[in-house]
Amino acid sequence: MEPVWEYAPAPESRDIAGAKPSYRMFVDGQFVEGAGEPLKSINPATEEVLTEVSTASPSDVDNAVKAARRAYDKTWRKMPGNERAKYIFRIARMIAERARELAVLESLDNGKPIKESRDADIPTASAHFFYHAGWADKLEYAGLGADPKPIGVAGQIIPWNFPLLMAAWKIAPALACGNTVVLKPAETTPLTALVLAEICQQAELPPGVVNILPGAGDVGAELVNHEQVDKIAFTGSTEVGKLIQRSLAGKGKKLTLELGGKAANVVFDDAPLDQAVEGIVNGIFFNQGHVCCAGSRLLVQESVAEELLDKLRKRISTLRLGDPLDKNTDIGAINSAEQLAKIRELTAAGEAEGASRWTSPCPVPERGFFFAPTIFADVQQSMRIAREEIFGPVLSVLTFRTPDEAVSKANNTPYGLSAGVWTEKGSRILWLAGKMRAGVVWANTFNRFDPTAPFGGYQESGFGREGGRTGLEAYLDE
Amino acid sequence: MATPTTRSASGLPAELAEATRDDTALRRFLHGLPGVDQVGVEQRAAGLATRSIKKASKLWAIDTAIGMVDLTTLEGADTEGRVRSLCAKARRPDPDRPETPPAAAVCVYPDLAECAVKALDGTGIGVASVATVFPSGRSSRAVKLADTELAVRAGASEVDMVIDRGAFLSGRYMQIFEEIQSIKEAAGSAHLKVILETGELATYDNVRRASWLALLAGGDFIKTSTGKVSPAATLPVTHVMLQAVHDWYVATGELRGVKPAGGIRTTKDAIRYLVAVREVAGPEWLSSRLFRFGASSLLGDLVLQRRTQLDGHYSAPDYVAVD
Repeated sequence: MEPVWEYAPAPESRDIAGAKPSYRMFVDGQFVEGAGEPLKSINPATEEVLTEVSTASPSDVDNAVKAARRAYDKTWRKMPGNERAKYIFRIARMIAERARELAVLESLDNGKPIKESRDADIPTASAHFFYHAGWADKLEYAGLGADPKPIGVAGQIIPWNFPLLMAAWKIAPALACGNTVVLKPAETTPLTALVLAEICQQAELPPGVVNILPGAGDVGAELVNHEQVDKIAFTGSTEVGKLIQRSLAGKGKKLTLELGGKAANVVFDDAPLDQAVEGIVNGIFFNQGHVCCAGSRLLVQESVAEELLDKLRKRISTLRLGDPLDKNTDIGAINSAEQLAKIRELTAAGEAEGASRWTSPCPVPERGFFFAPTIFADVQQSMRIAREEIFGPVLSVLTFRTPDEAVSKANNTPYGLSAGVWTEKGSRILWLAGKMRAGVVWANTFNRFDPTAPFGGYQESGFGREGGRTGLEAYLDE
Repeated sequence: MATPTTRSASGLPAELAEATRDDTALRRFLHGLPGVDQVGVEQRAAGLATRSIKKASKLWAIDTAIGMVDLTTLEGADTEGRVRSLCAKARRPDPDRPETPPAAAVCVYPDLAECAVKALDGTGIGVASVATVFPSGRSSRAVKLADTELAVRAGASEVDMVIDRGAFLSGRYMQIFEEIQSIKEAAGSAHLKVILETGELATYDNVRRASWLALLAGGDFIKTSTGKVSPAATLPVTHVMLQAVHDWYVATGELRGVKPAGGIRTTKDAIRYLVAVREVAGPEWLSSRLFRFGASSLLGDLVLQRRTQLDGHYSAPDYVAVD
């Protein structure tokens, strides 16, 4: 008798999210109706409209920036660091207290599995506020000058892949350093940022210190070009990053960009293979592959390639795809129809260019935006799937023969955000990390984030660092 | 490991038969196994432990776990009365609910195996006897063989032997290999479980090597611990061993079992192990032929949680028989 054991559905209750029928933008300490065209936020797992969100018009952007400027001049820049820290600590605690609500809301709005929003996104967001609260009264010891000063009003634009976490990465250091903020969340995922606004209000953060303006690219453009914004921090696509850099050229505004990536995960023949398989899976299938530092190119030494791929296919077959709110779901929904179309286009290109496609036989729900985990073997450097960022659960596998070949293939990309190396040989890890043109190199692990560790890229993956002591530099005038 | 094409006289693929040719070959093979990254395996074990098992799947897991328990008493104070009481519990874990599955086996010292065999006659429940100078394994080969013969003569259907950890840690792998082989021969038709005592092997690399060593020598099961050393069974150690039997299956086509023992006391723990069995080794291992729990108090909690699932409310512990 073949034993069968299917896990019963274990869904988290969607009522915990407390999703409201409509959300408004947050300006000068108040929730106000925006004059822009309202947007409808969709649950990507069901394609149902979750809620309606008001968006900002150019005059709303102007009001928000002016409110941030007033708050900067009148209260926030003058406030002693230890007083600022109290507010930031309070926000950190309130995120932790409302973690379950935020996790469910994030999964509804974004499509990511609840186990990730619950165990990664929300706790790490809270940790970023905690960490930066500690810096607020110690900035003179950050090694950035004897008396570092804030920059002013920071315009911040964040992507849809880690909505609350990216808001925390942006807002926490800005506030700790004494800046005020106008933040635009992504148009498909504005909800948790607006709950964060509610938290700021309940924490009695002075009005205008944090302003949150939902909207699409036009709101972002308005913010970038507003003359009273002193600094722009952008996380998103390389394409938009280039547009922003172009429009800011010669204007004297500070800019940090965290853009795309096409990270190489390099597996040597002496690697701990079973854990390498876990690292590869985590590297490319975490958050449906919607991760700028995803390990989307697997570079494996030829002598172990076949064995590793066998193990990898077996492991990927056990990944559970489906309802993001089910606690046993490993892979949730693709964030939008647009992104799903992009993934399909690139995978079709992979097949057309001659790579061998394998897709997990897991069942795929009929409704919602889903894409089953996919591996392409026999990928060559010249193919689109080896060069372009897919931003989905698709892994391209290439092989190498020698360490030098691994380095040259890994670095053969216009990007340079992250990389991984798998070997039991410590000296090789250090050698390879020194050769990689990537902001982060993980050794025998992947996708580990911590507020104390700086994160950022080389080349077309952007510039500036977020997190750690180095990350403070982006929000201080030396 | 690729699917084997040629097989040796021993029935093993040529590569594995070659590994046991002599001491040097065995050492080379065991040290050539891929390493186990401690951080990685512990992260994976912690991640899988967050699976949420509810409703029908939980009841299935509880019943399956009950049927996998090797109900164990291994104390100096054990008596025939104690063993008979344990056997009665193994036959009917929940007297109020006769449909509750029986335990897989009762596990005792060799001198009490005969008593257990009598008490379980005709039930289909196995009698496992520890042997080879359990728990230390510190004596001569002759004494260990005599210990095993005592168990087998008494009618034990399963023998749980311990390896010589001193020999393992000083690198005398061939000595252990030969010892397992000779115990296997002495055990005859009885199933052989090889206790690695992972708490004394200390590293996951050693656990993987010891697992392969026991599988190469013919162990039907690899078992984590005696229960006398802390730490006993842990989830990450069991992951490494489940991976080993899976890899063994890929290499040879043979299914071998895993038995975590010691420290598994609650239904929640047991379900975490079953999730690991399903997702690391594979669903075919979800059977008492290939997976066992070495436990004593676990059975009581499984019975209580089974009642909770069926009744919709918790029962007091006094509804479950003490051992």
